[in-house]
Amino acid sequence: MSGERFTFTVDGVRVEAEPGQTVIEACDAAGIYIPRLCHHPELPPVGHCRVCTCIIDGRPTSACVMPAAKGMVVENDTPALTAERRTLIEMLFAEGNHFCQFCEASGDCELQALGYLFGMVAPAFPHLWPKRPVDASHPDIYIDHNRCILCSRCVRASRTLDGKAVFGFEGRGIDMHLAVAGGHLDESAIAAADKAVEMCPVGCIVVKRTGYRTPYGRRRYDAAPIGSDITAKRLGAKD
Amino acid sequence: MLPSEPPAADLPPSPTGGAGAGIAEVVADAVAVAGGARTRLMDIVQAAQQRLGHLSEETMGAIAERLGIPPVEVADMVSFYAFLNRTPKGRYHIRLSRSPVSLLKGAGEVAAAFRQVLGIAMGETSADGDFTLEWTNDIGMADQEPSALINGTVLTQLAPGDAATIVGRLRAHHAPNALPLFPGTGVAGSGLPHAQIRPSLVAPGAVLFREEPPLPGAGIRAALALEPDDVVRQISAARLRGRGGAGFPTGLKWKLCRQSPAEGRYVICNADEGEPGTFKDRVLLSEMPHLMFDGMTIAGYALGAREGVVYLRGEYAYLWDSLHKALRARYAQGLAGKDILGRAGFDFDIRIQLGAGAYICGEESALVESLEGKRGSPRDRPPFPTIRGHLQQPTAVDNVETFACAARILEDGPEAFARLGTAESTGTKLLSVSGDCPRPGVYEVPFGLTVNALLDLVGAPEAAFVQMGGPSGQCVAPKDYGRRIAFEDLPTGGSVMVFAPGRDVLAVVREFADFFAGESCGWCTPCRVGTTLLKDELDKLLSDRATLADIRALEGLAQTIARTSRCGLGQTAPNPILSTMRNLPEAYEARLRPDPFLPWVSLNEALKPAIAIQGREPVPEDQA
Repeated sequence: MSGERFTFTVDGVRVEAEPGQTVIEACDAAGIYIPRLCHHPELPPVGHCRVCTCIIDGRPTSACVMPAAKGMVVENDTPALTAERRTLIEMLFAEGNHFCQFCEASGDCELQALGYLFGMVAPAFPHLWPKRPVDASHPDIYIDHNRCILCSRCVRASRTLDGKAVFGFEGRGIDMHLAVAGGHLDESAIAAADKAVEMCPVGCIVVKRTGYRTPYGRRRYDAAPIGSDITAKRLGAKD
Repeated sequence: MLPSEPPAADLPPSPTGGAGAGIAEVVADAVAVAGGARTRLMDIVQAAQQRLGHLSEETMGAIAERLGIPPVEVADMVSFYAFLNRTPKGRYHIRLSRSPVSLLKGAGEVAAAFRQVLGIAMGETSADGDFTLEWTNDIGMADQEPSALINGTVLTQLAPGDAATIVGRLRAHHAPNALPLFPGTGVAGSGLPHAQIRPSLVAPGAVLFREEPPLPGAGIRAALALEPDDVVRQISAARLRGRGGAGFPTGLKWKLCRQSPAEGRYVICNADEGEPGTFKDRVLLSEMPHLMFDGMTIAGYALGAREGVVYLRGEYAYLWDSLHKALRARYAQGLAGKDILGRAGFDFDIRIQLGAGAYICGEESALVESLEGKRGSPRDRPPFPTIRGHLQQPTAVDNVETFACAARILEDGPEAFARLGTAESTGTKLLSVSGDCPRPGVYEVPFGLTVNALLDLVGAPEAAFVQMGGPSGQCVAPKDYGRRIAFEDLPTGGSVMVFAPGRDVLAVVREFADFFAGESCGWCTPCRVGTTLLKDELDKLLSDRATLADIRALEGLAQTIARTSRCGLGQTAPNPILSTMRNLPEAYEARLRPDPFLPWVSLNEALKPAIAIQGREPVPEDQA
């Protein structure tokens, strides 16, 4: 990166950034965790989930798509934003059919982990109970559309990292849904080693015959809350 | 000077070819007419649908192959637009306009008549494949509801008794079709009752609709006498603000666009007038197209752009021919094309892009996405379109009325324009007035007019509430009728819906909630999910099961949607709820149950079938 490094503040803490970085990228590097769901550092940001909404210079703004700028004032970890982010997670739980108690992803699921992080306890909204299919046509992979949160990580990863364009969206509004090229997984070019499979944040795209190898209780977010890897950088630096 | 013509690809698609043509041939033709450009996917799929009736998986696959793009991209785009069909539809696609205004004028009864005559429900296609019957959102005829689109043809002022006549006439026609399929370009041969649009202009004003007919090119001549920078200065001196509703200073937008370094710049006219209750751009497009084209051409000169596009909403497909006729005349008169008005090197081409039924495409960045042949989801900003817009180049997107005003500012001088209106809202505003009033239509009034004065003009001084600026605007109660229509007080893109005493404001709010849920693009969580949740919460209220706790939850949900949504649609979707809660709280109070909490569903209601079978009397709910 060329250009002068500059600073801005997040909840009063000075953060250094370089030109071209988004707010979330600069914060990640500085060890400040801004909660997020659709964002992934290896993929172009798109601003679907809005969980990374911060108050930036007085306005609610998505940190994953907002370029960092000198002197910016960012509010991130506030009770008001936590409540707003919890509402967004509750919306996603109401939109799909999410049953953590027997989901393969439980304990590794970013949606579930954010629910815990924000103190979600009971359903705030009536569930929409959509009718969604399970596609198990592929020998190595299945998709349970009930668990899709429309984050587009698979859409982006398949195009930009796998070079395949296996996934796309169809429809609009509440009818928007994930679509598979050719209609079914076995007619697409997907493979179990694809980044599109690996990057699913929930239990929607799953590799067959790997389920439950790590028992509940010993999974990623059982050990430490989501975002701990990022905050560890800053805490580590302080020691 | 030799008259130049618009490029061949920009002429209206030929409705010939018709039945019998195979998918491969149709797709090859459609792609060729669009010059094989992926960015022209909207034209390609429309041309294919017009000949094939619908866009099957096979057709979409053939288009993807020809363009060399992944098939999921074509399906993504096609599935987004209400007027693009992925499954076969009737030869005659009847779309009844649905809005609070159409419903109070009897659209519900008209729909019932069509359902009865055709023997199908809304959303269904008749068994013989002749008719599809659907609701669609406001088609821009709010002053002459109930209205409908049949394929591309507009019918207005319908009565329930018309359904049988219309269906009978259409049924009597056999192949190929009495009406061309969307985007049909004419009404010839339809012979249908009410296939006409009443002139909507009620009150001309000082700037746009004047007595003398406009002289095409007058504003361009005035502009050419100035340096491009001075043209921008004139617009700034007039303090012109965007007429679409947001009110961004047009001079500043043009300046930012002009300053952005670029290979090419674009001027885009937003004629995707989709806000329910507005139809003033339709009147400008029908009666003053040259004023709009002049404004675009002036912008082309000021910004150094060589290309302009009018993005016309799909519902206005019937204007396609008249707009192209006006455009051809301009090419013939040297007002478009090369060396405009003899100025060497001043080239500006204009083409018209037809949309396909998506309210969100009125948002400027969604419009640009749609123009590039994609789903109409807004972009993240920054960068703004003035920096990176159409094809990643600096782009000025302005409303039809804004361009028309710009032409007048050059013609009359900025002082004459700025003298009208208020300090922060100069000039006149076109208002589309509809609803419970004896004189609905378009009024050109100076900014600063009070709601009271407007209601006197339209003959509805007793109105119970006024929806100003459409669903995304606000609901105004009588206590606020002294407020002024201006960006600094009551802003409006032009929609003014008037409601008489006795109308149920919550039923209106519920209609608007349905509108936003149906038009949400789906990109971001709060708008995609939240607009549906708002609708469900309102249903609970309207079924008399809401308590104070529900009202608090509704308000909290509305505020989260407003604060966290990605674009203006989601940010304003809760406005009908929030503004009626603020201005007409008694409407909510009257519906509330005193209980601390009531579940969504009445248990006794849900158990009714079981109760009937068992023959037991249920315990009354308040004792349950």
